[in-house]
Amino acid sequence: MSILTFAALIWIASLFAGFLGALTGLGGGVVIVPLLTLGFGVDIRYAVGASLISVIATSSGAASAYVKEGFSNIRIGMFLEVATTIGALVGAFVAARLSTSVIAIIFGLILIHSSYLTIKRIGKPKLVAKPDPLALRLKLDAAYPVKGGLETYHVQGIPVGFFIMFLAGSISGLLGIGSGAVKVLAMDNVMRLPFKVSTATSNFMIGVTAAAGAGVYLNRGYIDPILAMPVMLGVLAGSLIGARHLFEAKTKNLRIVFSIIILLLAVEMIFSGIKGNI
Amino acid sequence: MTNQKQKIIDGGIEVFMGNLLRAGVIIAATLVILGGVIYMFKHGFTMPDYKNFYGEPQELRHPVKIFKYAFSLHGRGMVQLGLLALIATPIARVVFSVFVFFRERDKLYLAITCIVLAVLCYSLFGGR
Repeated sequence: MSILTFAALIWIASLFAGFLGALTGLGGGVVIVPLLTLGFGVDIRYAVGASLISVIATSSGAASAYVKEGFSNIRIGMFLEVATTIGALVGAFVAARLSTSVIAIIFGLILIHSSYLTIKRIGKPKLVAKPDPLALRLKLDAAYPVKGGLETYHVQGIPVGFFIMFLAGSISGLLGIGSGAVKVLAMDNVMRLPFKVSTATSNFMIGVTAAAGAGVYLNRGYIDPILAMPVMLGVLAGSLIGARHLFEAKTKNLRIVFSIIILLLAVEMIFSGIKGNI
Repeated sequence: MTNQKQKIIDGGIEVFMGNLLRAGVIIAATLVILGGVIYMFKHGFTMPDYKNFYGEPQELRHPVKIFKYAFSLHGRGMVQLGLLALIATPIARVVFSVFVFFRERDKLYLAITCIVLAVLCYSLFGGR
C-alpha cells in the first residue's frame, strides 16, 4: 500500500469517528488510537500523538460554537486548567516510562469506564442553592441562559473537583484522548454545575489540556506529520458535520451503538496488550 | 448594574475567543493541506514504516526548527507547522485571557492564567 491510499483510508475512518463522536458526545478521540493500532498496525506512540492532535482540532472547532452561546464558564475553566495541564504533563512523562502493552491495557480499561460514564449521564443534576465560601472567593458562581432569563448556579466541592481534573489531565496526557467524560463527571456530580455549563466548559478545557500533552509529545518526536494529517482533517470534518446534525439525529440509540463499538475496541486493546502484540 | 455590565463585557470576550479558535483551526488546516499536497506529489507512492517506532527527526520536534524546515517548503515541515499552529491555538486563547484579566485588574485570575500559560510554555519548549 502506498502512503496515498493509507492516508485516504485513515481519513475516511477518522471522518466517521469524528462524526459519531460529535453526535454521541463521546468525542472522536477515543476511537482513534484503537483504530490506528488495531486497524492499521501503527505503533501506539505515533497513534497517541496523532490522536492528541485531533482532540485539539475538535475542541477548538466546537468551542467557537459553544462559547458564543454563553454556557461555558471561563473562570471555572481557567481555574481547573491548572489541574488538567499539570496532570497532562505528568501523564505524558509517565507514558514515556511505560511499555506499550501496559499503555494498551490502561487504554482499554479507561475506554470501558468512559463509555459507562456517558451512558449513565441521564437525569438532572441537583443544583445547590447555597453558595460555597471557596467558590465565592474564587468568583466561580455565575448565571447561565435558560428559558425566560438567566439562572444562577453555585459551585460546590472545589477541592475534590480539582483533584479529579488532575486525574483527567493525566489520562489525557497518557492516552491522547480528551477525557471529556471524566471532566464532565467531576463538574456534574461533584461541582454541581448545570449539564450545559459542564459540557461547554469541559469542551473549552479539553483543547488546552491536550495542547499541554501535545507539546511534550512533539518534543519527544511522537507526532508524525503525515500520519497526523489525515486523522486531524478527518476528525475535524466529521465532528463539524456531526455538530450540524446534532439536533436532528436520534442520539440515544446511536449512543448505545457507539458505546458497544467502543466496548469491543476496549476489549481488543486489552487482549492485544496482554498478548504483547501492540 | 455592575452585573449587567460584566455580562456584556464577558459576552464580547466570548465571541472574540470563539473567532480566535476558529481562525487558528482554519490556519492550521490550510497549512496541513498545503504541506500534505506537496508531500504526496513527491512521496505519494512510497510507504513510511509506522509499525516500528523511530521517533521524528530533530527538525520536526522543536518549534523554531519546525519553522525553518517549513519555510524551506518541505511538505512534512509544512504539515508540522500546521500542527504547531493547532497546538498554539488553545495557547493563544490563554494568552488572550491574560490580557483580559489584566485589564479587569483581576489579580487572582491573572495569576491563575499565568500559571496555566507557564505550564503550556514549558511543555512546548522544554518538556520531554
